[in-house]
Amino acid sequence: MKCRNCDTDESGSRNGTGTEQKMKKIKVALAGQPNVGKSSIINSMTGARLHVGNFSGVTVEKKEIFIEKDGYEIEMVDLPGIYSLNAYTPEEQVAKKFLYNEDYDLIINVADANTLSRNLIFTFQLMDMQKKMILVVNMIDEVEKQGGKVDRDKLEELLGIPVILTSAKEHRGVDEIVDHVIEVYTSQKPKNKLFYDERIEEQIEKLVKMLHKSPHFKDPDEARFIAIRLLDRDEEVYKVIHDLPIFIELHEMLGQIYRELEMEFDEESTSDILSDERYAMAKALVLKALKKPPKKLTLTDRLDRLLIHPILGLPIFLFFMWLLFQITFEVGSVPMEWIDAAFTEISNTINAVLPAGAIQSVLADGIVPAVGSVIMFLPNILILFLGINLLEQTGYMARAAFLLDGFMKKFGLQGKAFIPLVSGFGCTVPAYMAARTLKNPKDRIITMLVLGFMSCSARLPVYVLLIGAFFPTSHAGNILFIIYISGAILGLIVAKILRMVLFKGEPEPFVMEMPPYRFPSMKALGVELWIKAKLFLKKAGTFIAGASMIIWFLSSYPHDSLLVQSYEAKIEAAIDEAAKMQLQSELAAKELENSYLGTIGKTIEPVFAPLGFDWRVSVATIAGLAAKEVVVSTLATLYAVGDADEKSNTLIERLRENISFKAAVALIVIIMIYSPCIAAMSTFWAEVPQWAWRGFYMVYPNVLAWLMAFGVYNLLGVLGY
Amino acid sequence: MKPLTECTIGCEGRIVKIKAKDPIKGRLFSLGLAKGSEIKILDHTLAKQTWEVESDGTKIALREEEAASVFMEPKGGCK
Ligand SMILES: Nc1nc2c(ncn2[C@@H]2O[C@H](COP(=O)(O)OP(=O)(O)OP(=O)(O)O)[C@@H](O)[C@H]2O)c(=O)[nH]1
Ligand SMILES: [Mg+2]
Repeated sequence: MKCRNCDTDESGSRNGTGTEQKMKKIKVALAGQPNVGKSSIINSMTGARLHVGNFSGVTVEKKEIFIEKDGYEIEMVDLPGIYSLNAYTPEEQVAKKFLYNEDYDLIINVADANTLSRNLIFTFQLMDMQKKMILVVNMIDEVEKQGGKVDRDKLEELLGIPVILTSAKEHRGVDEIVDHVIEVYTSQKPKNKLFYDERIEEQIEKLVKMLHKSPHFKDPDEARFIAIRLLDRDEEVYKVIHDLPIFIELHEMLGQIYRELEMEFDEESTSDILSDERYAMAKALVLKALKKPPKKLTLTDRLDRLLIHPILGLPIFLFFMWLLFQITFEVGSVPMEWIDAAFTEISNTINAVLPAGAIQSVLADGIVPAVGSVIMFLPNILILFLGINLLEQTGYMARAAFLLDGFMKKFGLQGKAFIPLVSGFGCTVPAYMAARTLKNPKDRIITMLVLGFMSCSARLPVYVLLIGAFFPTSHAGNILFIIYISGAILGLIVAKILRMVLFKGEPEPFVMEMPPYRFPSMKALGVELWIKAKLFLKKAGTFIAGASMIIWFLSSYPHDSLLVQSYEAKIEAAIDEAAKMQLQSELAAKELENSYLGTIGKTIEPVFAPLGFDWRVSVATIAGLAAKEVVVSTLATLYAVGDADEKSNTLIERLRENISFKAAVALIVIIMIYSPCIAAMSTFWAEVPQWAWRGFYMVYPNVLAWLMAFGVYNLLGVLGY
Repeated sequence: MKPLTECTIGCEGRIVKIKAKDPIKGRLFSLGLAKGSEIKILDHTLAKQTWEVESDGTKIALREEEAASVFMEPKGGCK
């Protein structure tokens, strides 16, 4: 077995297909309820690195992974989890749309052995589709650990489809899946039908007959599925029927059937009747096929007593967050000096090896120090990511959402919004995607509009740099914590205002599954961190290096030879070394001011002057719109030149000399609030189709950032800083 | 029969009625909260705005409003 695109990290894109023309293709859809381990199974089968996490709604868009075996090319499509075909949230709609409309050969339905009976209810809904199907019962290790047992043969016999027991965690059973896929794909076995109560079947029969009148539903299997979905009050299917010529007749018949069945079963809706049917079937099945030990107090129960304790829960959560930022700063700054030294060494080597000139300068003064100034923060970023990852993997994320729900409700958000908001501390791009787990479009847009205030990890370097320069080291971790918390609180306040002014109405109801706590696998954590480190280094080596090259170019040209000549004459004439140095740095400063970038900077300076920014900080701020790390690299480039004082070797010292404390705090405020990077902005555009919101999104954070920074700057002024 | 919100932590029983409307009702159902299922109150936040219940091995968090729409028949011993 070979995996062709296992190394694509999270992109899952398809590489060249030219050579394997002869291969037979099988397209498999992985469907199942959220958090049952669909993505983990694909990872375990193929060595892919799909993102997994211990809460519902990790996967929010479909991802394809290709594997080859026995002359088949198998495309596995990992779908977002879906609780029921009556989909609810946008990411569930993605899965449903795929299942309904796409062309695929078979379904692998993944179920969680721990909660088999409610998983089977969805299995029954899938079986109504009458596609070829395999049931994979995952997490078998957890059931066995508790002394339970799943009877595979019994399940197969009762369901009439192949069943595989797996543990993605322990890599058990997963390799069998491919063999079964090929076997089921090639076999001609009749599909297995699921029969409901006779009274329901009778009505299904009637509907099928009616559907057959339309040329669209000549296939009896499909007609049956449509009929069942109509009884299940599936709006999507209803929309399809709506446009058919038989609609009026069918509609009348449906009304009749609804009334009859509801009367007969004494239920409010036919969908409830079907639910009850499936519920009873699932219960009966589990009774025969699952041996369950008497319920014991689990680790989860014991941990939850403390972690979501009505009184202690919230303080414990805040302590964890505080601890995370403390460690991020403290431990992260240990290797910083080594990295800094290494890059200085590289610059020195370049200066020594290459002949003086533009190339030497662009490397030694432009790219290397700029990239180095950013890479220095890799340890901080990795620690922050590790923290977020632990939150995702252990199951604590859902607890935090539970604890904060009441608080967030006051601000017009719901607890589930906590998940995208926390992801926002890592990176805003996946956080925008994660907002798909919010059903109500208003909730979703509010969450997305305030997500930018959750400082992403790319802003961390700017904060750490400025904190290092302007605050006492003993409080550094606390300051960092305060910055992140202030961003979050500002986000909540803005959410409240948006809710009151633009999005009147109640936030959507909050109903969320709380997964059991799980020990994160060290390997998975390592892999995630490695991916993050690789991405960061790649970004530093490409995007940041490119940006710093541009900045270097713009700040080094044009050469004013008249100016240089006049200074060279003065330097010649100078009496002692000190005066020479003085003149030399004056020249450099003048040259910088006359450069392209200097001109640009002077033009935009008036906008930022009320915040106490000089033109260099102004340029760095604007450059930060591309990516926040660029703020650091730009500052490094712009403050590297034109400095006479030999003592101030490090960027930190130069910043201290050139920027006032007030302005530094104003800069932190700007960075915290203004528009995120280009990648995040384009994700927002892709996710939000309305032009009004797009326009609003582009403008308001920047205006707000300026106003807040102005306020803080002046407040500090009044306080005497 | 009483709504979940009138029960105390640790209370166990069986669901007898769910008054919520679709789609919430459907969502509760797919999480295992249906008429006839066993239920246990696990936790609530200090202000009782958010509740946690357990049914058939699944733990579910829900808001006061939703919890109030689920009615249970407590088994002896709980208030
Ligand atoms: N013990 C155990 N844990 C597992 C197993 N498979 C997955 N997990 C864990 O279960 C959690 C959910 O796994 P995912 O692969 O993200 O689940 P998913 O079905 O893709 O979830 P969504 O994308 O949210 O629908 C993760 O914490 C996994 O580590 C297993 O076989 N045994
Ligand atoms: Mg997934």
